[in-house]
Amino acid sequence: MAEIQIKNVEKWFGSYQALKSIDLTISDQEFMVLLGASGCGKTTLLRIIAGLETASQGEVWINDRRIDHLAPKDRGIAMVFQNYAVFPHLTVFENIGFGLRMQRRPNHEVKARVERNAELMHIEQLLGRYSGELSGGQRQRVAVARALAMEPDVILMDEPLSNLDALLRLEMRAELKGVLAESKTTAIYVTHDQVEAMSLADRISVMHQGRIIQAADPLSVYRNPAERFVGSFIGNPPMNFLPATAEGAGKWRVAGQSYAGPKTEHTALDFAIRPEDLHPSATGLTAGVKVVEPLGAHVLVTCAIDGQMFRAVLDSDTEVTPGETITLQPNADRIRWFDPQSQVLVR
Amino acid sequence: MSQVDQVSPNARKAGRYLYIATVVFLCAWVLVPLYFLFVNALSSAEAVNSFPKSALPEFDLGSLSFFAKFYGILDALKNSLIVATMTMVMSIAIGAPAGYALSRFEFRGKATFRLLILMTRAFPLPLLALPLAIMFIRTGLDDTALGLAFVHTTLAIPFAVLITFSLFSGIPLELEEAAWTLGCTRLTAFTKVVLPLILPGITASAIFAFVISWNEVFAAAVLTIENRTLTAFLLQNLDTAAIHLKFAGGFILVLPALIFIFAVRKYLFAMWGIANR
Repeated sequence: MAEIQIKNVEKWFGSYQALKSIDLTISDQEFMVLLGASGCGKTTLLRIIAGLETASQGEVWINDRRIDHLAPKDRGIAMVFQNYAVFPHLTVFENIGFGLRMQRRPNHEVKARVERNAELMHIEQLLGRYSGELSGGQRQRVAVARALAMEPDVILMDEPLSNLDALLRLEMRAELKGVLAESKTTAIYVTHDQVEAMSLADRISVMHQGRIIQAADPLSVYRNPAERFVGSFIGNPPMNFLPATAEGAGKWRVAGQSYAGPKTEHTALDFAIRPEDLHPSATGLTAGVKVVEPLGAHVLVTCAIDGQMFRAVLDSDTEVTPGETITLQPNADRIRWFDPQSQVLVR
Repeated sequence: MSQVDQVSPNARKAGRYLYIATVVFLCAWVLVPLYFLFVNALSSAEAVNSFPKSALPEFDLGSLSFFAKFYGILDALKNSLIVATMTMVMSIAIGAPAGYALSRFEFRGKATFRLLILMTRAFPLPLLALPLAIMFIRTGLDDTALGLAFVHTTLAIPFAVLITFSLFSGIPLELEEAAWTLGCTRLTAFTKVVLPLILPGITASAIFAFVISWNEVFAAAVLTIENRTLTAFLLQNLDTAAIHLKFAGGFILVLPALIFIFAVRKYLFAMWGIANR
């Protein structure tokens, strides 16, 4: 059982505040992804949980133990680093067994656990090699096997796939998901890649400028972003936004069209719709087509609506040409509205 | 191509000849005396004093064996070894932790510290020699191996610090952090992960400190009387000795240093490269 509680953690580097009042609870065996752009604080938070950084204030608990003043080795965690950190002077076998040897476990147990985890990561034939003889992907597998062999309460991963090429990343992603689900370990995974986050996570914590903006399952984060930033960060291509003015109770004017929206006191809101939730229709928003990209699986159309850049993902059979004017209608249940000042979702 | 980029072909050729000539000159500057040393040390006394000289040595060990029997030479050799070994141990014991701190930690005065380390070499030893001798006499370190080793350590520490600094900087902190998460304390992570990786470099640094002490003449001559090191001994005695003995003495002094430096040249190149940052 490994439930993690982060209570009011803040981190200052000199006068720069890297983390602002972080509160998060991660359930046992949950796969939590910390997602955000560079500099948002996700790696800092991970390192605070690992014990490689100390929080300026706040507490970190694993189960009923407060761990934020313990050394990394006493926290029951294992970590996979972005650059693998495989020890170059040891063989793969000795690398995977390193933590177990530090715990002074008997030889037969070390051998059994090393071989089991090597098989899990498909590297059992590399046990005698040194890291200099391995490819990047193989080194990454060694790093993961080394962490899993510790059988930790929590496994922490700092962008482990970001140094791999695209195809390998795809394969490793699927493998990691399977391996971690089977190992029944709580996992915290840091990435800037929102596709990785969507694919791996039980829950995603979207971070921006030191805050957690939204912590929810992938589909909720995708369909109901808590703030405009989340909507524009998740999804490729990102959400489209248009200014809307109030037209009456629950009616809003967007680029010359009327749509049903929230009944609030606001005079203006930001109208948001995802590119794939638009379809060509007789009525709707008038769009001047600028660029047409036939991507095989679908067509990506970049157009201008009311002077704003808009992207639509249309069926691959759609016939559109640049310079044309088309009408796009959004799916009513997928329209979202955001407060222009606070950027928060308005229902 | 614009006109500004073009260097006249004649100027370029002349530059190239100058470059080659300078390289040849510098190599000759070092190699010719070594050659003479080598030839004459391995020749008999008669051959050395004759003229014209033959280009090849006779491989006569007469000079060298006389040299070895010269009274006091073996004691001097022993003293040189003792002082150089002490220097080696002390300079690494002090220099390596400093190199580690410089590469891993941020602290106030770090830049000044680095500069000061280098500046100790800028101080001319002759200026210090007399005050040092007086201080050593007062504290009883005079004419001891330990006292001389202290002086030599001071000379060797800047190099020890710089070489170890570049070595430690080449080991990613991530490796130590990984060790910390796998059950190591700071110390065990150092001994099990960092040390094995820098051992060749530390060895090179130690050998370099050894050679600095081995070659040092001035402080050795001033600070030791009875317990002379080889360099001081030769300085003192070979003034009056015959020329073939001088060659043999020079040969004995130069050869170990030459071999050691050749063995660790890779690390010295790295050190100069990094130190020029």
